[in-house]
Amino acid sequence: MAQEDSNVIDQPEVIRHKMVTVEIAGKKYDVPEGITIIKALWYSGQEVVRGAGCLGGFCGACAAYYRTKDDPKVRTCLACQMAVQDGMSITMMPPFPARKATYDIQALKDPKQDLFNLYPEAPLCRNCNACTEACPQKIDVREGVWKAVFGDFKSVSEMFMDCVMCGMCTPVCIADIAPNLVALYVSRAQGAHFTEKPVGLDTRIKEIQDGRFNDEWTKLLKMNEKELADHCATVK
Amino acid sequence: MDIHALQQIVHQTRDARRKQTLPKLSPADRDQLIHKYHPDFRASAFRPIRFGPNVGDKTAIELATLLEGDSSIVDGFDLTPHYTTDVLVVGGGGAGCAAALHAHGAGAKVMLATKLRLGDSNSVMAQGGMQISVAPEDSPVTHFVDTLKGGHMQNDHQLLKVMVEEGPSIAKWLLSLGVLFDRDGDGNLHVKKGGGSSKPRLLTCSDYTGLEIMRVLKDEVLNQKIQLLEFCAAVELTSDEKGNCTGAIFKDLDNQRHVVVAAKSVILATGGIGRLHIQGFPTSNHYGATGDGLCLSYRLGAKLMHVDTFQYHPSGAVYPEQLIGALVTEGIRSEGGHLVNAKGERFVNELDTRDVVSASIIRECEEGRGIRTMSGRIGVWLDTPLLDAASGPCNRSCCLRL
Ligand SMILES: Cc1cc2nc3c(=O)[nH]c(=O)nc-3n(C[C@H](O)[C@H](O)[C@H](O)COP(=O)(O)OP(=O)(O)OC[C@H]3O[C@@H](n4cnc5c(N)ncnc54)[C@H](O)[C@@H]3O)c2cc1C
Ligand code: SF4
Ligand code: SF4
Ligand code: FES
Repeated sequence: MAQEDSNVIDQPEVIRHKMVTVEIAGKKYDVPEGITIIKALWYSGQEVVRGAGCLGGFCGACAAYYRTKDDPKVRTCLACQMAVQDGMSITMMPPFPARKATYDIQALKDPKQDLFNLYPEAPLCRNCNACTEACPQKIDVREGVWKAVFGDFKSVSEMFMDCVMCGMCTPVCIADIAPNLVALYVSRAQGAHFTEKPVGLDTRIKEIQDGRFNDEWTKLLKMNEKELADHCATVK
Repeated sequence: MDIHALQQIVHQTRDARRKQTLPKLSPADRDQLIHKYHPDFRASAFRPIRFGPNVGDKTAIELATLLEGDSSIVDGFDLTPHYTTDVLVVGGGGAGCAAALHAHGAGAKVMLATKLRLGDSNSVMAQGGMQISVAPEDSPVTHFVDTLKGGHMQNDHQLLKVMVEEGPSIAKWLLSLGVLFDRDGDGNLHVKKGGGSSKPRLLTCSDYTGLEIMRVLKDEVLNQKIQLLEFCAAVELTSDEKGNCTGAIFKDLDNQRHVVVAAKSVILATGGIGRLHIQGFPTSNHYGATGDGLCLSYRLGAKLMHVDTFQYHPSGAVYPEQLIGALVTEGIRSEGGHLVNAKGERFVNELDTRDVVSASIIRECEEGRGIRTMSGRIGVWLDTPLLDAASGPCNRSCCLRL
């Protein structure tokens, strides 16, 4: 390859920002195409206090509804992950007053039965599937609720591993279930009660308590800077 | 050459690159590379702090300016507390939640105040895993040595020893709360190999380690009914005549009112500073990562450590535009992802320490072997053939953490 060709830093900019028109909470704004909804909110000068957290698609703070041009279907998304397009209508989801049960996870005697005391509404699912359709993480939420009720805690914990707790499955539920909170309880119970205790971890903790590494520590912490650097260099 | 032609080079060179093994740098080569290309050594981006406990110490201009800032609290401010507590925890990430739960467990009256919602933090994004020496062939001492090497021997020995020794008990505590760490067939904790470590030591919860840990910690803080102040940013610490910290003043972001909290002890867990966008770098950090704890404690007279070093994460997206700064986990590189320049060459052992990998990516970009994306930013490719995903250019570095 020729030298000048490989010096790609001198390439001219390839595209210029195209502007698109979006509707934010019912009002039209022109914003650069391809930025995220959150950035569009900033760009149009809205104050974003609630509605933004990690900005990385994991905290669930930025739950939003949107509709694309001429499509009647209102969809859900995480506003920090969704790029705006021309004609999009957007509104942020307000916090929803779902009830969270409180429990002492370690003290539970029969977690599968306790589910019905903590979330008595869980078995009343009417199978409407609205929760699944609302989930921006594409979790089969309805299936998860049924699996929880039937005591298949392991499957629930796997299915909801990428639940960001955005809560979008909750306002749509006609049986007043908060599926994400049910799944969180179930996953924690699975971890605390139905998963094997790792023997190796207990051994390591005991080794530390019994001072198995004390001689090594003493030797290491007595070294001067040079000795320590040399010692570190031997560890590959 | 346009980006699609450059992309062809990546495809053509893939098989040859796969057979290559690149050595990790010797300490001497590493120092040379870092001094020349790592952002921490860009003199023009640093200046001495003008006053306070770190007077004369050089730090990034953005941080220096913030540390020297005026208080937003005016003379005559009414310091009558709205709340009184034993322990005040400032920050609702992993550190803050863990501190609050431990203090509460030990019988203290605890209040946890945080700038955004509980759990909206960097911790919820730390999906790559958590280093704890649980494997039989590993030990806290080896963990200590590896970390010292990664930290260029600058780490505080005592603090580091506590962290590597308490790690296993913290893993046990998290398990007891229901955190679902990945397991081996025999039920033991599964450990993965991470960058810069001599033994496999990464505990993971599939690809969602931070999310899983934070979901559980948040839920536990709520279950324990720990008193919460959400959407309240600490803007100043209060002190007595002797200079001891006696609490904090918050600004409620919903109604702009001040809230005064008096406490016997205050724990600052306000996290990193990526959102200062030091040297104009993009960041993967959360919305509130603006180094508040550093300023709060500096104004109360605390001397800050390591103000001249920042962590630059090697792999963050530069394209497409809406993913700018989004982190591409180390895992992609440990599973065989290649860093590739415009000529289709690998230029660093992808699993070398982050400073080495970051510095060499910057070297490629500065010496004209970077790729200009459609939106005009420069990066290198992160080629992920083994993962069978389309290759995307990757930023020189994006994530800043302290
Ligand atoms: C994208 C990404 C990926 C990462 N991946 C990994 C990984 O795989 N493994 C790993 O070990 N580490 C990883 N890290 C680093 C790790 O996330 C952090 O070191 C760790 O989470 C820090 O925890 P923390 O609780 O101290 O801070 P944070 O989790 O950031 O929490 C800080 C909290 O303080 C609050 N706060 C800030 N200012 C104020 C104020 N003035 N008043 C009140 N509250 C305030 C914030 O809102 C937030 O809740 C990653 C970091 C990022 C950004
Ligand atoms: S299950 Fe509910 S809370 Fe979880 S990601 Fe899906 S919609 Fe959001
Ligand atoms: S929305 Fe409610 S009722 Fe409908 S399927 Fe989901 S849990 Fe069942
Ligand atoms: S801001 Fe955290 S998921 Fe969007």
